[in-house]
Amino acid sequence: MGMLAKISGPLIVGKGMKGSQINEIVRIGKDRLMGEIIALKEDTASIQVYEDTSGLKPGDAIESTGSPLEVELGPGLLKSVFDGIQRPLDVIREKSGIFIERGVDVPSLDRKKKWEFVATAKKGDSVKAGDVLGTVQETNIVHKILVPNGVSGKIESISSGKYTVIDEVAVISGKKVTLMQKWPVRKARPFKEKKPFEKPLLSGMRILDTMFPIAEGGAAAIPGPFGSGKTVTQQSLAKYASADIIVYIGCGERGNEMTEVLTQFPELEDPRTKKPLMERTVLIANTSNMPVAAREASVYTGITIAEYFRDMGYNVALMADSTSRWAEAMREISGRLEEMPGEEGYPAYLGRKLAEFYERAGRVVVQGTKDNIASVSVIGAVSPAGGDISEPVSQGTLRITKVFWALDAALARRRHYPAINWLRSYSLYQDELNAWFDANVSPDFMQMRSKAMNLLQKEAELQNIVQLIGPDALPEKERLVLEVTKMLREDFLQQNAYDEVDAYCSLKKQQLMLSTILHFYDKALSGLEQEVAFEKITSSKEKDRIARLKRVPDKDVEKECKEIVKNIDSSFSR
Amino acid sequence: MAIKEYQTVREVFGPIVYVEGVDDAAYNETVEIIMPNGEKKRGQVLESSKGLAAVQVFGSTTGLDTKETRIRFSGETFRLPVSEEMLGRVFNGAGVPIDKGAPIISKEKIDINGAAINPYSRQEPRDFIQTGISTIDALNTLVRGQKLPIFSTAGLPHNELAVQIARQATVKGKEDFVVVFAAMGITHADANFFMRDFEKTGALERSVLFLNLSSDPSIERLLTPRLALTTAEYLAFEKDMQVLVILTDMTNYCDALREIAAARQEVPGRRGYPGYMYTDLSTIYERAGTVAGKKGTVTQIPILTMPEEDITHPIPDLTGYITEGQIVLSRDLHRKGIYPNIDVLPSLSRLMSLGIGDAKTREDHSGVSNQLYAGYAEGRDLRNLVAVVGEEALGERDKKFLAFADAFEKRFVNQGKNENRTIEDSLDLGWELFSMLPESELKRVKPEHYEKYGKKYRK
Repeated sequence: MGMLAKISGPLIVGKGMKGSQINEIVRIGKDRLMGEIIALKEDTASIQVYEDTSGLKPGDAIESTGSPLEVELGPGLLKSVFDGIQRPLDVIREKSGIFIERGVDVPSLDRKKKWEFVATAKKGDSVKAGDVLGTVQETNIVHKILVPNGVSGKIESISSGKYTVIDEVAVISGKKVTLMQKWPVRKARPFKEKKPFEKPLLSGMRILDTMFPIAEGGAAAIPGPFGSGKTVTQQSLAKYASADIIVYIGCGERGNEMTEVLTQFPELEDPRTKKPLMERTVLIANTSNMPVAAREASVYTGITIAEYFRDMGYNVALMADSTSRWAEAMREISGRLEEMPGEEGYPAYLGRKLAEFYERAGRVVVQGTKDNIASVSVIGAVSPAGGDISEPVSQGTLRITKVFWALDAALARRRHYPAINWLRSYSLYQDELNAWFDANVSPDFMQMRSKAMNLLQKEAELQNIVQLIGPDALPEKERLVLEVTKMLREDFLQQNAYDEVDAYCSLKKQQLMLSTILHFYDKALSGLEQEVAFEKITSSKEKDRIARLKRVPDKDVEKECKEIVKNIDSSFSR
Repeated sequence: MAIKEYQTVREVFGPIVYVEGVDDAAYNETVEIIMPNGEKKRGQVLESSKGLAAVQVFGSTTGLDTKETRIRFSGETFRLPVSEEMLGRVFNGAGVPIDKGAPIISKEKIDINGAAINPYSRQEPRDFIQTGISTIDALNTLVRGQKLPIFSTAGLPHNELAVQIARQATVKGKEDFVVVFAAMGITHADANFFMRDFEKTGALERSVLFLNLSSDPSIERLLTPRLALTTAEYLAFEKDMQVLVILTDMTNYCDALREIAAARQEVPGRRGYPGYMYTDLSTIYERAGTVAGKKGTVTQIPILTMPEEDITHPIPDLTGYITEGQIVLSRDLHRKGIYPNIDVLPSLSRLMSLGIGDAKTREDHSGVSNQLYAGYAEGRDLRNLVAVVGEEALGERDKKFLAFADAFEKRFVNQGKNENRTIEDSLDLGWELFSMLPESELKRVKPEHYEKYGKKYRK
C-alpha cells in the first residue's frame, strides 16, 4: 500500500511504493481508479491513471495488484466492443447509463455465460503450449481453446460440456486450464518463426489491391490530413479485408464513428462468407474524450487480442485509427513525467515504440506441435499535423511499414475517393506478391499494372504542359493519354464506398476493368495510326459503358467487358 | 467535504497561484480566492502535492498578494446549478447572471467537465437539420447530433452566418431548437449584435447565453464552453430538448489554454500550444450527439478564426480532426460580395450521407450535390487556365462550365441574410443551374431524377 503524493492531470506520483514493479497495475483512492506504474525511483512511483483523475488528492491510498496490465482471452471476444483497457462498453452502459462514470470495475469477459466446449484432445495426450485442446463455436467462428503458455505435459483430465470462461475444462500436469487465459498486453505473444510473405490481404478496393497491395502479415500506413478519408478507408478495410478476424481500434477518434461501425457491421455481410461482418470483429473504442492513458493502452490491448486469434491459426487484420493519437498520448504522459523531449515534444523513444508495435505484425509459424501458419496484418492510420508527413509519427511509421497509402487533401477536395495519391503511394510487397497475382489472377496482371502506372505518370508530366498551353495544343497521341488516364482515374481508381455494388470489387472484376481500359487505349492508339478521327474515339459510346462497369454486378462483368472489347475492336479500325 | 481556508500564497505567476501548506487539495477542485480588498475570485486546482497546490485563477490576478490573500478550498469540482429557468437568460463566462435576473437556484448541480458519452450508448445521427442555407443544406448537410465547425478569418461575416443558422434551423416537421450560445473573447460590438438579433427575432426566449467578452478575464474562457455544454446536455438528455450549441470564437479559447500552459512552463507544442490541446478540444467537441433512449440531442457549431487563413494552423487542424466536417469561409467570395461566403470545395459534412435521401430530404439530393460539386470544381479549374491562356482559347464545353461556376456562386451560394430556403428550393435551384450544362455532362445524377426534376428547366 502506498500513498498519493502529487497529482497533475492523468499522472500521479505515489510514495511508499517500494516493492512495486514497472508496468504493474495499481488501484487509487476510494473509487479504486485503475493506473499503471510507468517509472520508479526508490520508493516513489509515477503512475498513469486510466480514468479521469478529478477529485484525487494527496494522501489517497494506492493499492498494488501485483500484476501487469493484462487482457482476458477467451470466448466472448468476438462481437464485443471494449474500451482501451478491455472493459466491455455494453456492460458499462448497463451499470452507469449513457455516460462512462469513473471507477466502474467490470470483468472483460462475461463470467456467467456458458459456452459449449467440445474437447478435441484426449486424456493421456501429451501437449505443449499452443496446442488445441478443444473448440467453442463462438459466432460463426470456431474459437479454439489453446494450451496456455507455461503449461505442457500429459492431459490428466478433459471433458466436453457447458462451461463458463473460468470453469476448469482440463488438467495438464497438475495445472488447471480454463476457457479463458490472460496475457500482459505489452509483451508480444510468442511464435516459432516468421515466414516470408506469400499472399496479398485483399480489400476489394481497386487502388489498394491492384496498385499498392499489402501482404497477409504485412504492415501498412495511411497518413493524411483531416477530411481525406482515413476513416472511410479503414472502415472499408475492416468490412472487406480478406481476413478471418478483424480487430478494429478506434484510438482517440470520434465517438460517432464507432457508432457507425456498431450500427453498420451487424447489418453488413462478409462478401466471401456471406455471414454478418460483426461476427468476425472485435472493436476497441477509446474515443478522443476518454482518458488519455487508456488511449495509450488501447493499441496494445488490440494487438494482443489479434495475436491470440493468430495463435489459433487465423489470419487476422488489425486497423488502428489513429496511431497519431496514441503517439500524442505518449507525448502527454512523457511531458508530465518531465522527460527530455525529442522532436516536436514527442518522447525520444517514440520511434522504438512504433517499431515494436508494427513488428508484432507478421506471417508466422504459431506455437504448438503442428507447424500451422497464421498472420497478423496491421494497418495504421496516421494523422499528421497540418497534413505534413515530415513530422515524427509519420516518419517513424514509414520507416517500418512497407506500404504507404498517401492520402491527398487535393483529391478529397475534388471528391476523388478513395483520395489515395497514385504517384506518391508505394508497396514494397509487390515483388513478393507477383508470383501469387500471376498464378491467381492472370499472368499479365503485373504488366497491366505497370502499364497503367506508366500512363498515370505520363499524365502528370503532360498536365504541366496543359497548364501552360491548354489541352487542345497537344498532339493527338498525347491527348489520348489524357483521355485514357481520365478513365483510369475516374472509372477505375475512384470507388464509392457507399455504393452497394461498387463498395467491394473482386480481384477478377478489377482485372477485367483494367484490361478493358487498357484495351481501349491500345486500340485507340492503333486507330490513330490508321487515321481514325480523334473525335470518333473520344465520343465513343464504349467510354460510357466502361464508366458504368463499376456498378455492374460481378456475375455480369465478364460478359459486359467482352462486348465492350468487341465493339472497340470493330469501331476503332478503318 | 469540509471547506478549508489558507492564507499561505507563496507565489503568483501569471494566472497561477501557488499555495503552501495545503495537504490534500483535490485535482480540479474549485477554490475561492479572497483578495486583500475583499474581492472574490474563482479558481481551480491544476496540480496538487503534499504541502503545495497550484491554482489557476479565473480572472485578473491584479491586487493578489502573498500576505493577506486567502484561499478557500471547496472540496468539490466545479458544478453548475442547472434548470429550465436558464432559457432566456444571459450569463457571463463564469456562469454568473448579467441580465439583472435572479441567480439560478437548483438542486441539480452538474460537474462542468462532464463525463465521456459511452460510444456504445450513442446512436447514429441521422435527422436532417434544415438551416435554410443552400450551401449547407444541399452540399454540406448538417444532421442532429453532429459537430460542424465554421472555419473563418478575421473580418468575415461568420457571426451573421451563425445567427442566421440559429434563427432558421429546424428539423422538418418537428420541434424547434433551443440555442445555447457561448462567446469566448468576442468584442462588445459582436456581443451586442448577437443580443440584439436574438431579442429582435424572439430567439432569446429559447436561448441560453454565456458571454465572455474580450475585456473579460481570458482564463475564464476555459470555463465558458464547458458551462454551455453542461447546460446543453442537461436540456437535451434530461429535458428532451433539441439543442444547438454555438461556440465562438474557439481561437480565443485555445489562446487561453496556451496562456496557462506557458505560465506553467510546460514544453510547448506547435506554435506554442500545449501538446494536450487535441485531448482538451475533444472534451469539448465530443460533447455532441444523440444517444439511445433519449429524445433530446446536442448539435454543435463551433466557430473559429484561422490565423492568416491558414487551415494547417494547429487550431483549425486539431479541430478538423475531431469534428465531423467543416464549413470554410472564403475571403475571395466575400470580396465578390457573396454572402454567405462559403467555399464549398474545402467544406465537408462527414455525416451528410446519413441525413439525406428519399425519406429525409429528397431522392435526388445526393446526385444533385455531387453534380454541383463536380461542375463547380471543373469551372474553378478552368478559371486558372483562363488566367493563362485567356477565355478565347477555351472550347464551347469549357465555356459553359466557366459560366456555370459563376452562376453557382452568384445564385446558389449567394443568398439574403434573412432568406430561408427550403431544401426543395435549394435542390430545384441546383437543377435550374444544370440547364446551363450539356445534358451529356450530367453524369452524377440519375436519369430518372433528371426526367422528374431537371427537364423542365431546359429550354
